[in-house]
Amino acid sequence: MSEKKIYLFTRFERLWHWTQAVLIILLLITGFEIHGTYSLFGYKRAVTIHNFCGITWIILFFLFVFWLFVTGEWKQYIPTSKKMGEVILFYSYGIFKGRSHPFHKSREHKHNPLQRIVYLILASFFLPIQILSGIYYYTYHMWPKMGGFAIFSSINPVAFIHTLFAFIILQFLIIHIYMTTTGETLFSHIKSMFTGWEKVEEPSN
Amino acid sequence: MIIILSPNAWAVQGKKEEDLLITADHSKFKELKGDFRDGKDLTNKCLKCHNLAAIQVKKTFHWTWRDKSGLKGKGAYSLNNFCISTNFMHDEECTSCHIGWKGKMHGINCLKCHLQTKEDIASDMKDYIFFSGSKDKDSQEMAQDIKNTILDNIVKVGPPTRRNCGQCHFKGGGGDGVKHGDLDTSLINPKRDLDVHMGVDGGNFSCVRCHTTIKHKIAGRYYSHPAVKERKSLVQDDMASKITCVACHTNTPHKESILNDHTNKVACQACHIPEFARKKPTEMWWDWSTAGRTKNGKQIRKMGPLGKPIYTTIRGSKKWAKNVVPEYYWYNGTMGSLTVKDKIDPSHEVAIRWPIGSPKDKNSRIYPFKIHRGKQPYDKKYHTLLPPLLSVEDGFWLTLDWQKALKHGCEIMGIPYSGEYGFVRTSFAFPITHMVAPKEMAVRCIECHTQNGRLKHIKGVYIPGRDRFGILDNLAWTIILLTLIGVLMHGLGRIIFNKRRS
Repeated sequence: MSEKKIYLFTRFERLWHWTQAVLIILLLITGFEIHGTYSLFGYKRAVTIHNFCGITWIILFFLFVFWLFVTGEWKQYIPTSKKMGEVILFYSYGIFKGRSHPFHKSREHKHNPLQRIVYLILASFFLPIQILSGIYYYTYHMWPKMGGFAIFSSINPVAFIHTLFAFIILQFLIIHIYMTTTGETLFSHIKSMFTGWEKVEEPSN
Repeated sequence: MIIILSPNAWAVQGKKEEDLLITADHSKFKELKGDFRDGKDLTNKCLKCHNLAAIQVKKTFHWTWRDKSGLKGKGAYSLNNFCISTNFMHDEECTSCHIGWKGKMHGINCLKCHLQTKEDIASDMKDYIFFSGSKDKDSQEMAQDIKNTILDNIVKVGPPTRRNCGQCHFKGGGGDGVKHGDLDTSLINPKRDLDVHMGVDGGNFSCVRCHTTIKHKIAGRYYSHPAVKERKSLVQDDMASKITCVACHTNTPHKESILNDHTNKVACQACHIPEFARKKPTEMWWDWSTAGRTKNGKQIRKMGPLGKPIYTTIRGSKKWAKNVVPEYYWYNGTMGSLTVKDKIDPSHEVAIRWPIGSPKDKNSRIYPFKIHRGKQPYDKKYHTLLPPLLSVEDGFWLTLDWQKALKHGCEIMGIPYSGEYGFVRTSFAFPITHMVAPKEMAVRCIECHTQNGRLKHIKGVYIPGRDRFGILDNLAWTIILLTLIGVLMHGLGRIIFNKRRS
């Protein structure tokens, strides 16, 4: 097996990823302050930061979706079962034995099958729900005035959904950050997310 | 040039001087130079020119003290937990606040609301009659002096000032600040920090600036009649009553849209009157059951730490408080109330007056209240609240005898009394709407958006920061904790196996 460096993440991708990371972390911190879990920024400032980050995130999310379709990168998120078993086995067993990762990254296949399915669910289900419930939460008082759009009679179920998915995203974040340490070195994955370049092993044919 | 006015700027425009309304100098009127010996003479002079005034006034609640049904009102069967009842206006102490000369008996006292000076014309006229009756030269001079004082003062009339309204409304319940909590004599010349609208260094508003008055009918809530049926701004209707905040400030008065989002559920007063009784104490508790005690045959009067009596023989025990945080309830602008005819359940605290509203009603808002509590007599057999006679013959204040006071009190009102009385705990609610603080003193977000905050008892609305989703919160934090433990174990496993291999 030989090693080589490939340019895996374009400048936009990296900018998008880290901006989203900052926004999501700030949204979680301020969101749980608004939920009453602790006090940090002060309630009013937490609300202001949360709303600012939320709106910024919506814009960023649409830019990302646009980028996905223009570049054809959406194909990276088509789920596959190929090597899925091996990848799961690797993380639950092989990694302790010092075995090498069964999936080999390339420009055409950036994500392993586990990443594909998790990112797809996240980007097409969890995040849109969080964004939509956030928008509804932010504008709920306007809906009755605009007529016919009062889907929920009270903000209660919307707040429930928004809180539930905040927990799900928090859980993703914890696992996601942990997984970055499973590269060649502890910080090699994080480094490549900054530089764009990733060291990959080429399977010896 | 186009000037875009913010909602606040609309409100600021309201600060016009009151003397713009005055078109006559009463000191030039010959009619007002007479020899006035009683209130009626004086009122008749007023009515000669203001010939609709009496007709208008006599239709108002200020005059009748009872509603159209004849059931509610302090001149009817309503009662409270202060001096309890006026016994159909037989109790003279109570009627000292009526807008007539000696209650309703000698006609309307125009000066009560319109005299711009502090002079007590009624007592001046009594003195004048006394001194002018004597032939003695000194007395005659005295009489002349008093007459001049009367004549000098009665021409100084105009729209009601804060002092005019305040002589009754600031002293309701028998003394300064007793009743309302948001009304006391500190509002005669308040600073802006006590009331941003009435403050002499603020808007310097008189009461009628907001209590829009049409044909002597002064806007405001009384008993179950709301102050307005719908909240309208002057932008929508320039003849709208200015009794609501919305009239001048609109529904979206804040720069921050997040604060404007509150106005469909939270009344302006809830945030902008953080505490009431901020300058003078207000009474919070009145226990009639302890009244009547004497020491060596003498009446007792014990003063409390706030400079107010905490026990008097004729009234019983009282508690006072300053800087009181209100209680909050859903309120649609109407109050429910009991009369002496209503049955009560003496095993619980009896609400004599309470706010009506619900989270489902779109006209209801979360609103601040002073709740005055106490103990007062009730009929143990008929389960009704009883109206004791107080200040007149057979009254409790003269006899210290409950049986006499209750029996005669009921007789006057034509209601049954079994002869068995006890004392029951009661509550009486006052909407808090005055003493609006400057915006920098408004209630902060965290005072409600927290678990044990000001709104901890409010139901029917989701309040972020206060409310939890029981199962979700507990379960989710457990899962998050397990996730953290999981990744830590996984990481630890990697380290251990890595070490073992090397």
